[in-house]
Amino acid sequence: MTATATIENDLLKAERLTIRFGGLTAVSNLDLLIRRNELVGLIGPNGAGKTTVFNLITGVYQPAEGEILFDGQSVVGSKPYRITARGIARTFQNIRLFSSLSVFDNVRTVFHLHLRGDVRHALWRGRAFLDEEKSIADRVVELLEIFHLEKLRDAPAKSLSYGDQRRLEIVRALAAQPKLLLLDEPAAGMNANEKTDLMRLIQFIKDRFRISVLLVEHDMQVVMGICERIVVLDYGVKIAEGTPDEVRKNPKVVAAYLGD
Amino acid sequence: MRFRHAKLLLLVALGLSLLVSLGADRIDAYVLFVLYNIGIYIILAVSLNLINGYTGQFSLGHAGFMAVGGYTAAVITNQFGALNPFASGALFFGALLAGGLLAAVAGLLVGLPTLRLKGDYLAIVTLGFGEIIRVIFQNMDRVGGARGLSVMHGYTNFFWTFGMAAVTVYVVTALVHSTYGRGFIAVRDDEIAAEAMGINTTKYKVTAFVVGAFFAGIAGGLYAHSTQFLTPGGFNFMQSIAIVVMVILGGMGNTPGVILAAILLTLLPEGLRWMAGVEHLPGIAKMHPLGWIGDTRMIIYSLLLIVLMLTRPQGLFIWRRKFRNAPP
Ligand SMILES: Nc1ncnc2c1ncn2[C@@H]1O[C@H](COP(=O)(O)OP(=O)(O)OP(=O)(O)O)[C@@H](O)[C@H]1O
Ligand SMILES: [Mg+2]
Repeated sequence: MTATATIENDLLKAERLTIRFGGLTAVSNLDLLIRRNELVGLIGPNGAGKTTVFNLITGVYQPAEGEILFDGQSVVGSKPYRITARGIARTFQNIRLFSSLSVFDNVRTVFHLHLRGDVRHALWRGRAFLDEEKSIADRVVELLEIFHLEKLRDAPAKSLSYGDQRRLEIVRALAAQPKLLLLDEPAAGMNANEKTDLMRLIQFIKDRFRISVLLVEHDMQVVMGICERIVVLDYGVKIAEGTPDEVRKNPKVVAAYLGD
Repeated sequence: MRFRHAKLLLLVALGLSLLVSLGADRIDAYVLFVLYNIGIYIILAVSLNLINGYTGQFSLGHAGFMAVGGYTAAVITNQFGALNPFASGALFFGALLAGGLLAAVAGLLVGLPTLRLKGDYLAIVTLGFGEIIRVIFQNMDRVGGARGLSVMHGYTNFFWTFGMAAVTVYVVTALVHSTYGRGFIAVRDDEIAAEAMGINTTKYKVTAFVVGAFFAGIAGGLYAHSTQFLTPGGFNFMQSIAIVVMVILGGMGNTPGVILAAILLTLLPEGLRWMAGVEHLPGIAKMHPLGWIGDTRMIIYSLLLIVLMLTRPQGLFIWRRKFRNAPP
């Protein structure tokens, strides 16, 4: 592979990423690479800094040091909504849906990113507006169907079961048509069967939409099954990286998880 | 999609307002005056509902925006003598628009620096802003200062009042019932998630403030040319609170409920006066619409709020829709 081909194949590249909260270095000197259409796992014990990495990538936090390149351009210093528009969408560890909006509207809202018309269209409500709203509605339903949520489309998000809420968050993130999808413990609180189903679904959407996925998960077994590559964090430091097999055998990883 | 025949409904509402307006000389002057107040408070409450209800920003500055619109429109029309109906209509429309636009500029000026603030802090700052506006007018000799400003022309009529109310309801409803407009509610529900979903939350909040202030300014112009007398005191924070109570009573982000609340709370003092057996005094009512009941209104509103918050925090006129397939 030539050098340029490699760069073009890199979707996200974080270098020497560091952030401190007071005396605590939550993420320290982290290098992270995600290639196009790759499913990468990010694991580590409680408080390892996984969610903080998400917050750094999505612009919620600014790194003290380091650089984040997305599609070859820096996202450091950009506002979260701009980063989303550029192609990074996420879910939250502690579910953050638009609770009073319906399932349908939770997803629909995100389509404003791809609107051709603006406020004037909404006020005038002409043909162009109605056509666009119709095509958005079709695409929302299409996404909901993948996750078997179309039957709940008119229910307010807060009335959904825990598992459905988690899946709705993924659908909502997909509506942003991201190149990179960040999932923060999407299977938390699910039983083993639900977890397996969800992991299959994640693999399916990755291929269907040709996106990259960075998946945070507590349960090592779950991640091992589907990830192509795994990055292990402990106390903000990357202690291992490699294929599931390599990571599983790594003594540092075993120690980190046993000490947990 | 609801709100399908929106434009048609708006035209019908405008036509009806015009029709009633043409026959308005048959309506009792006092009844007409109360009707104008109803229209004006519908505009105020529905526009505040965009800010406080749909977007979830707690603004207490609506009377300030109303004052900007009222004084602006009054100063403009006061420059002219008697005009033929056509010219006066055009002049009034222009004056209302100018008042609305200036109020919108005020909304932008308040909105931009303060929208970082949340909840109580935003409420306090917007309340302070409203009071500052009031004090500015109080010290402006050009508009009569504390003595008040006589408005020469009683241009406000049924058509303008309810036409503008219909336009306000249309604009707010059309905005919110669109993919773009669901963003207002997203900002209210979860600002962090909204930002993460690509929503420029600051822009949405400022938009809500600017649109809300614009219509408050229009309402101020209508109010000025209905009472024909403006005093800074008429735009004090009790006025803002009265509008907030309408929004809360109607149910945050529930336009039909808010309209109903605006009607009821405008009629309430009139009803009380009737119960007390006091003849209505058009002269007094003209100068202080609603205001004459003064402290009584304050007590009633406070009690209403307390009872409401305890019994129906979601608002009086929220009808829960049934959701098929919704799990328990
Ligand atoms: N805003 C903040 N202020 C101060 N400390 C923070 C902040 N955010 C995270 N931390 C700290 O940084 C460390 C890493 O937190 P983070 O949430 O990233 O861990 P995590 O790997 O996601 O853990 P978990 O598996 O429990 O979700 C923790 O010690 C946490 O307390
Ligand atoms: Mg976490």
